[in-house]
Amino acid sequence: MRKTEAQSESERNAPAPIDDQAADPLSTRHMSPPAGPVRVDGALAEGVVLQDRYRIMGLLGAGGMSTVYKAQDMRFPNVLRLCAVKEMTNTATDPQVRAMVIRNFEREASILATLSHAAVPQVYDYFTEGEHSYLVLEFIQGKNLETVLSTTEGFLPESQVVIWAMQICEVLTYLHYHKPHPIVFRDLKPSNIMIDDNGRVHLVDFGIAKVFQSGQKGTMIGTEGYSPPEQYRGVAEPRGDIYSLGATLHHLLSKQDPRLEPPFSFHERPFRQSNPLVSTQLEEIISRALQYDVNRRYSSAEEMRNALSSLRSARGVAPAYSTTDLGDPGAPVAIWQFACEDEVRSSPTLAGAVVYVGAYDCNLYALDAETGRFLWKYPTEGGIGSSPHVADGRVFVGSKDGLVYAINAESGRLLWTCPTKGPVYSSPRAQYGHVFFGSDDHHLHAVNVGSGRVAWTFEAEAAIRSSPAIGQDAIYFGDEGGSVYAIGVGGEIQWRFRTRRGVTSSPFLGRELIYVGSKDWYVYALDYRGLPVWRHRTNGPVVSSPVVGESVVFFGSADGALYAVDATSGHFLWQYKAGGQITSNPTYKAEVVYFGSTDGAVYALEARTGQVRWRFQTSGPVVSSPCIGTDTVYIGSCDHYVYALPE
Amino acid sequence: MAFLKRLRRSKTRPRELRPKLEPVKTPSRMRVGWATDVGRVRTHNEDAVLIVQTSQEGGETMPPFGLFILADGMGGHQSGEVASAMAARRAARHILHEVYGRLLLGQDRSADQPSVSEVLVQAVTLANTAVAVGAPGGGTTLTCALVVDRQAHIAHVGDSRAYLVSPDGLKQLTRDHSLVDRLVEMGQLTAAEAANHPQKNVLYRAVGQGGTLEVDTYLHSIPLHSHLLLCSDGLWGALGDARMAEIIAASPNPQVACQSLVRAANQAGGRDNITAILVTPPAE
Repeated sequence: MRKTEAQSESERNAPAPIDDQAADPLSTRHMSPPAGPVRVDGALAEGVVLQDRYRIMGLLGAGGMSTVYKAQDMRFPNVLRLCAVKEMTNTATDPQVRAMVIRNFEREASILATLSHAAVPQVYDYFTEGEHSYLVLEFIQGKNLETVLSTTEGFLPESQVVIWAMQICEVLTYLHYHKPHPIVFRDLKPSNIMIDDNGRVHLVDFGIAKVFQSGQKGTMIGTEGYSPPEQYRGVAEPRGDIYSLGATLHHLLSKQDPRLEPPFSFHERPFRQSNPLVSTQLEEIISRALQYDVNRRYSSAEEMRNALSSLRSARGVAPAYSTTDLGDPGAPVAIWQFACEDEVRSSPTLAGAVVYVGAYDCNLYALDAETGRFLWKYPTEGGIGSSPHVADGRVFVGSKDGLVYAINAESGRLLWTCPTKGPVYSSPRAQYGHVFFGSDDHHLHAVNVGSGRVAWTFEAEAAIRSSPAIGQDAIYFGDEGGSVYAIGVGGEIQWRFRTRRGVTSSPFLGRELIYVGSKDWYVYALDYRGLPVWRHRTNGPVVSSPVVGESVVFFGSADGALYAVDATSGHFLWQYKAGGQITSNPTYKAEVVYFGSTDGAVYALEARTGQVRWRFQTSGPVVSSPCIGTDTVYIGSCDHYVYALPE
Repeated sequence: MAFLKRLRRSKTRPRELRPKLEPVKTPSRMRVGWATDVGRVRTHNEDAVLIVQTSQEGGETMPPFGLFILADGMGGHQSGEVASAMAARRAARHILHEVYGRLLLGQDRSADQPSVSEVLVQAVTLANTAVAVGAPGGGTTLTCALVVDRQAHIAHVGDSRAYLVSPDGLKQLTRDHSLVDRLVEMGQLTAAEAANHPQKNVLYRAVGQGGTLEVDTYLHSIPLHSHLLLCSDGLWGALGDARMAEIIAASPNPQVACQSLVRAANQAGGRDNITAILVTPPAE
């Protein structure tokens, strides 16, 4: 049975005799092409003349239902008079759809014929030849904004975009006040806006996009991205064009194509994330144009134009850079400041009512947290870059002299020292009765808290300047060779993850993931097996150690930005550009992120938005990391001072 | 005959003399159930399921590993079922090669390898191209969950869903890429308008459209006594979260749960293809 079936199958599939095919009415239709102009791949060939008048010179563009050609009007033999010839390509098979396509094409022609505005193409002619209908339009020498956008490196200047936006508002005002009925363009988007060689805006394609759209792929169509939400309820009114203009402006400035983003998600994508050079004033205007609720948008294109014209950038003035624009929004006054004798690169540690901090003057200082009063200092033999760590009434700190010191936290008396064979920049961490720290001697040292006796050492490939993070059953740290290690509490290696440059940053242990920066410009999120789950690229080495607050990872980069990234997915949330490199580790407390920058400032940013809460200027680079008390931020600066700032 | 005799003899043997079964330690492993059904209205099942589960024990034990892929195809002339199957296969091939292949090789982990989320995004991107080329006119949703131990890495496009099923109920982990849902979310449409909206099946993201595709990725830990559920809209649309949670809670194991879910969706009308995959990570 099966065999015969297969046989008959192969017979059916065998090529039919040639005369059979000719007898098939469907085939003959394909075999003899309709009489008419010469076509190449369905498009009119160059040199074809329509109506004995329009000589096709080339293809300008092809859309869903039409093709546009550049053509020469031969009726003016002595000049090169150019025009655009739009050909309706009616591929629909359903007679109703075919009729609708024709109706729309005629509607476009009649609308254009009644309009007279410099930014609306003039219509010269309308005719049908063979199976096709044609519209002859004014030819505009220039580029559409989609092309402008894709050929522009970097961002378009705000002043340029504002000038175009005002011109678009002007032509929309003309259309919306058209008598007897307002005309809603309904398909405003970069590819429908031409900029001529004089920089003037022209709207093209009055093809009533909505009707064309619904004829597309059934359940498969993607949203336009520029269309207002009410359009999906079948509402088309002038304020819909204002929404589309807002969407277009957002695209032009952010370079984020709304067709690739979730629909109506503009408000979730502020310019801060894409193009921080956009002024807040312009952002507000665009945001109003993009309101979901029609009544909360500008009531008319005219009103929006007036708002745009009040912008500084509308007068050709480049917007001020956002940070200076904001000035110093409420710079705090220091509660106290304490002068050391050299740079303070070490980060302060608060324990009880005492702040401990090291300085490049070789001293470990103990200061009264409330007043900044000097309590005691302990001199080491080298500068202190390592940050002190306090546990069980002892302060542990490393020094460039190669030693780690254990000092009585109250009296400042030395308890023990532990020698290594290189400077110690890594900050000690105490847990499980041991102190763990790295050294430039390539080793991670585990030392008994009470005696200072070495329990074990682990040899890494390079110097260890990263501070160990202690987890439940492992210790995590990086080395200058670029590896991140997980070492068991007994000193045995569990896994290693290699980055491409040194890892000075200290790992942050999250619930599910470990976050660490590398000088290879990335921040990595590894799971507790060392498997990279995601990574985020910055534009400079990441020395700063990440911190997590409310499921967001914050980290600084030498590119000068502080980044906020979703802790589990790695999705970028926002960045804030400081005036200098950020090697300081950010600290998070109660929806605020604090950090220092080499521009000399200490910053407090709103964790949700990246907006500046305050900024405090010191007189030297701030590479020290903030330590937060009940309502005070302690931080050191290379201007030799330790500062206590109000939270 | 001898066998029968032995059997009879053993039956008569006093209870206390019966040889005691040596307890064999059951290795901790992932438990998985799945079911798919065409439903009561459609003629084709355009949902595709692809499951890869591995167990390994030895000197250096690897974590339990599972790859769970659900795709819900669309497009006329059978292109929907071609698209969903093709997308699932293409994505699986890439993920297995890049993640499981490397785990097997035991390579040193390094930044030279893509991260898990990069692999997942790439897998869906490859599926997108494969469908655009291999099943033109077809499209599909694609939800891939890579479960390593208790961690679920998810890549997602479309309106199939991943849920975390905990004793407290269902928590949707993925976002539907449905236009009408978005409009309801924004208050532009009421739920009633949405139900009858001509574009209610329109996805603003689907695999197979070619071009650039944004892929959502998620990472979630599956706590003890919790499960991961993947399902097509034929299930969640028919039952709702509360009913699904109820059925799962009442089921003795993942397989029975999936069968009961599909049965219930069919009882509710079975207007679409119905698929459920339920994963319980190892207890240890």
